Amino acid sequence: MAEPALELRGLEVRYGPVPAVRGLDLRVDRGEIVGLIGPNGAGKSTTLHAIMGLLPAHAGEVRLGARALRAATPEAVARAGVALVPEGRRIFGGFTVEENLRLGLAARRDGEGGLDAVYELFPILREYRRRDAGALSGGQQQQLAIGRALVANPDVLLLDEPSLGLAPMAVDQVFDTLGAIRERGVTILLVEQRAQRTVAFADRTHVLANGELRMTLGPSDAGDTQRMIAAYLA
Amino acid sequence: MILAALDAQTLVDAVGLGAVYALMAVGIGLVFGVLRLVNFAYGQLVMAGAYTLAFTAERPVAVSVAACFLVVVALSLAMERAVFRPLRGHSPAVMLVTTFAIAFMLQALALLVDIRDGTIGEPATSVAPLNRAVTVAGVDVRKVTIVAVVVAVVALALLALLLVRTTIGLHMRAAAADFRTARLLGVRANRVIGSAVLLSGLLAATVAVILTVQFPLVTPDFALRDTIVVLVGVVVGGIDRLWTATLGGFTIGFAAGVINGALPTDQTVFLPSAVFALVILVLILRPAGLFAGSRAAGIERV
Repeated sequence: MAEPALELRGLEVRYGPVPAVRGLDLRVDRGEIVGLIGPNGAGKSTTLHAIMGLLPAHAGEVRLGARALRAATPEAVARAGVALVPEGRRIFGGFTVEENLRLGLAARRDGEGGLDAVYELFPILREYRRRDAGALSGGQQQQLAIGRALVANPDVLLLDEPSLGLAPMAVDQVFDTLGAIRERGVTILLVEQRAQRTVAFADRTHVLANGELRMTLGPSDAGDTQRMIAAYLA
Repeated sequence: MILAALDAQTLVDAVGLGAVYALMAVGIGLVFGVLRLVNFAYGQLVMAGAYTLAFTAERPVAVSVAACFLVVVALSLAMERAVFRPLRGHSPAVMLVTTFAIAFMLQALALLVDIRDGTIGEPATSVAPLNRAVTVAGVDVRKVTIVAVVVAVVALALLALLLVRTTIGLHMRAAAADFRTARLLGVRANRVIGSAVLLSGLLAATVAVILTVQFPLVTPDFALRDTIVVLVGVVVGGIDRLWTATLGGFTIGFAAGVINGALPTDQTVFLPSAVFALVILVLILRPAGLFAGSRAAGIERV
């Protein structure tokens, strides 16, 4: 039996009286890629924010390995080994590419490591390391956001709609990159709007609607149009 | 008439005042950067430092100055821990009003301490020798003016190095630009805020020493008017960025110095009116700040 890297048990998140995530159970095993898809407002981003400690969990548990993360601050969660590639990339424009990557080292537990591994994965970032990060293209900024998360050497990588707002070629690049990261054995929880692609890519993909898990799909379901449509209408 | 007043003497004094105000502007701007909090009580930190200098006037200068730094930094950190931290995340209005309350509370406390000897005002004489003038090329330059300018330049250069070259500096800049994302990356909020408050306290202590040399009679409203003028300068310069805020502080100090020189001696009561009239003019012409650059938004903070 594989060991869970990240586990949610009965997670409840509310905005005031309005429940956004209700009783969510989810586990991501070590080295696994789990997708989370669903319509807008399904609670996907809310789930990631609750894991990161940006939102308080009303009930339930968030566990990283053996450690309980509930009620931890965002920086404590990051330092415990969870990295988030936030929606909209959240690059520090006005800072150089290298400064953005060095910020990612803040969460690194084994002291200050180098940036070489990330530069190997994204040669373009090495080339542009002294440039203003705000001047990069959308696709390059997404690489920077992913690279910035990876320099922390996280146990679990969370991605919040990494393909949002990117040109088709840049979207291909994002999925190629995620494939390369998978090879390195990083555990990934991927929130996406591109349902078919995510289902085909991830080991398992959960469909979230109205804050609840509706069904779970495997890569073989990606070709099954009927099932995909059913997933979204569920 | 105004041009005639722009002699070397006036300019030297104006630069000296600008340097002190620039230091205060950085102190206010650093804390605003990471907390989005305008600390109106900044002047009371300076006041506390000035009283410390007054009460330790009998001791050797080094001891007196060290005590000033100790008290101001401790008060600054205590203010953060006791007041700013519990209020973190509240609206800017709540935080601003709270700092008003702290300012007046500290002022009242100072009055209680000061009045014990039956008079208001304590002389701070330990650092007074710096007030003597040296004559450079026919211009009387008080030693403290030279000290003020040198200290301001060195302090700003060190701060720039810290912000650009060190990890904590990088974290402080990131926190000022986008605190939430910085925390998601593992930047520790308490450490970054603590560092900003510590640096701002060091600057307040520095200002206390310099101002006490120029105005050795320390009263509970010491540095109060300066703080108001600096806050205005910071807003006029553009509070969103540290360098525009600093430049704003320097500019308003320099302008006040020049206007002071230009006004006839019996008319200096109009100095604040003249300065604030200038401020209104600037804000009408450049609402985003004097040095906001081409980005008209001015609220963008990078």
